[in-house]
Amino acid sequence: MICRLRSVSFRYMRRTRDAVAEVSLEADRGEHVAIVGPNGAGKSTVLRLLAGVIRPTAGTALLLDRPVGEWSRRELARRVAVVSQGGVADGPLTVREVVEMGRHPYVRAWAPLGPGDHKAVDEALADVDLSDLADRDVRDLSGGELQRVHLARAFAQQPLLLLLDEPTAHLDMGHEMRLLELVSQKTVNQSLTVISVTHHMNTASRFADRMLLMAGGRVVVSGKPRRVLQPTELERAFAWPVSVLHLEDYGPFVLPGKQREHPEGA
Amino acid sequence: MKRMAVVWCLVALSVSIAIGLAAGPADLPVATWLRALAGGDGTAATILWGVRLPRVTAGLLTGGALAVSGAVFQALLRNPLAEPYLLGVSSGAALGVVLALVAGIPASAYVLLPSAALVGSLLAIFIVFRVARLGDRLDTRVLLLAGVVVSAFFSACVLLVLTFARVGTLRSAFFWTLGSLEGASWGMILALAAYALPAVAVTFGISRHLNALALGEDTAAYLGTDTELVKRVAFLLASLLAAASVAVAGVIGFVGLVIPHAVRLTGVRDYRALIPLSFGLGGATLVLADAGARTAAAPMEIPIGVVTAFVGVPFFLLLLRRSYAR
Repeated sequence: MICRLRSVSFRYMRRTRDAVAEVSLEADRGEHVAIVGPNGAGKSTVLRLLAGVIRPTAGTALLLDRPVGEWSRRELARRVAVVSQGGVADGPLTVREVVEMGRHPYVRAWAPLGPGDHKAVDEALADVDLSDLADRDVRDLSGGELQRVHLARAFAQQPLLLLLDEPTAHLDMGHEMRLLELVSQKTVNQSLTVISVTHHMNTASRFADRMLLMAGGRVVVSGKPRRVLQPTELERAFAWPVSVLHLEDYGPFVLPGKQREHPEGA
Repeated sequence: MKRMAVVWCLVALSVSIAIGLAAGPADLPVATWLRALAGGDGTAATILWGVRLPRVTAGLLTGGALAVSGAVFQALLRNPLAEPYLLGVSSGAALGVVLALVAGIPASAYVLLPSAALVGSLLAIFIVFRVARLGDRLDTRVLLLAGVVVSAFFSACVLLVLTFARVGTLRSAFFWTLGSLEGASWGMILALAAYALPAVAVTFGISRHLNALALGEDTAAYLGTDTELVKRVAFLLASLLAAASVAVAGVIGFVGLVIPHAVRLTGVRDYRALIPLSFGLGGATLVLADAGARTAAAPMEIPIGVVTAFVGVPFFLLLLRRSYAR
């Protein structure tokens, strides 16, 4: 098992409610698990727990059967990569320079990048089809290109586990699908494990092997996409009427209703 | 690109040292001081070893320390306008030294003065950060504004203390607000080197992490940097470098701003190269500025901070426009 959360809870300082409560999750090699749910459901907090930026207040978070907190930051960065909504250097940096940062956990303090590092960087750039833009200033890129740079940087880390925190939130349909397709190739060809957080349930259901629906810090339901995307659970989680269509060759398709049919709590 | 930067830096260093040793009330052409350096004739040797060499060495160390301090603040705050003078760190350091001297620490206790300066500079940075910190976000515009205001306040405190202190025990108000390398002695230089050189070495050691911080703190952490530790160490180092230079040369502005950017203009962004190059170029620049301060209005000396401000302020304004135009 690559990673596993066992009944994990987490509460931010000076808060009265757990951001994440008794969440269990596991992901094996080559699996893509997508976490969906309304704003404030604790989805991103789950990723932060897996990335080791925060520690569980209760329960255990394991990476390769060892508590995440026991790994050093450097060891973690060789195994776990994170791509989030973006933002990049204020200063001038080229695409290649940003992707080279992905080798940060591998190089020694003063050593230059070795042949292995350059190979990893070149491959990552080729993977996301950015080899031609390698010398461009990242501040001149479009949103879609920028997210591909971040993905390449994550690939250059050669991780076992890739955490995606809404990396396609600002992307149009075409760029979103291209990015997720790139990730999907890695899961199939190199057994990369992916855990993603997204608001786009319909794209998630196409790429994810399993899904988790969260609400109020808890897991409402988990399993195969067609099991998780059920109208009753979704309506309760989002407090909005939902229809789920089952399309041939596509799977479940979530369609929000036009108007609230009943007042909240009814 | 990087090799060119190294060549330029070495050229700047040699030219500035040659000019720094030659310029002054007594004319010491390069040939003369070279002979004196090799153990030549009396007066020239006395001037060289007693006045010019200490002054040039102090300039190299102070300028280098200020430039590295600025480069580190820019990395930490992800703001191209950050530097110790504008953040109030330098005037905080000045207040620390002045108070230590008034409290009775002899001016010859060179080793203690940078420590007193460090206390003052840390106090300044603490106040500035408390003001600019909202939750866990740091508003860099507020930060710079707070820095300038805190700087003005500490300068006022320094002038107040100087007004009441007995004349003769303290150096002039000029020194504490605009800096000078006048009267630099080997004792001071040793103390400065003892603080600044290890600090520069450690900064160089963590330069990889400063690179990672350019992508933001979260990403740096995901890339394997212990961001909290690195930030704390780097703030301490940057403050220490500024403090040590203030204890020896007073408050000199804009070196920490201009030099790292001048290095970046040559295409260097990697802090592993930026730190040593800033150190060298900062030193060279301050030695030149000092030579200018000594000779431009001879026999009078212009405060060195005036020279650096004349270069630094237009540069700052240009940078300000550009960084908010994006």
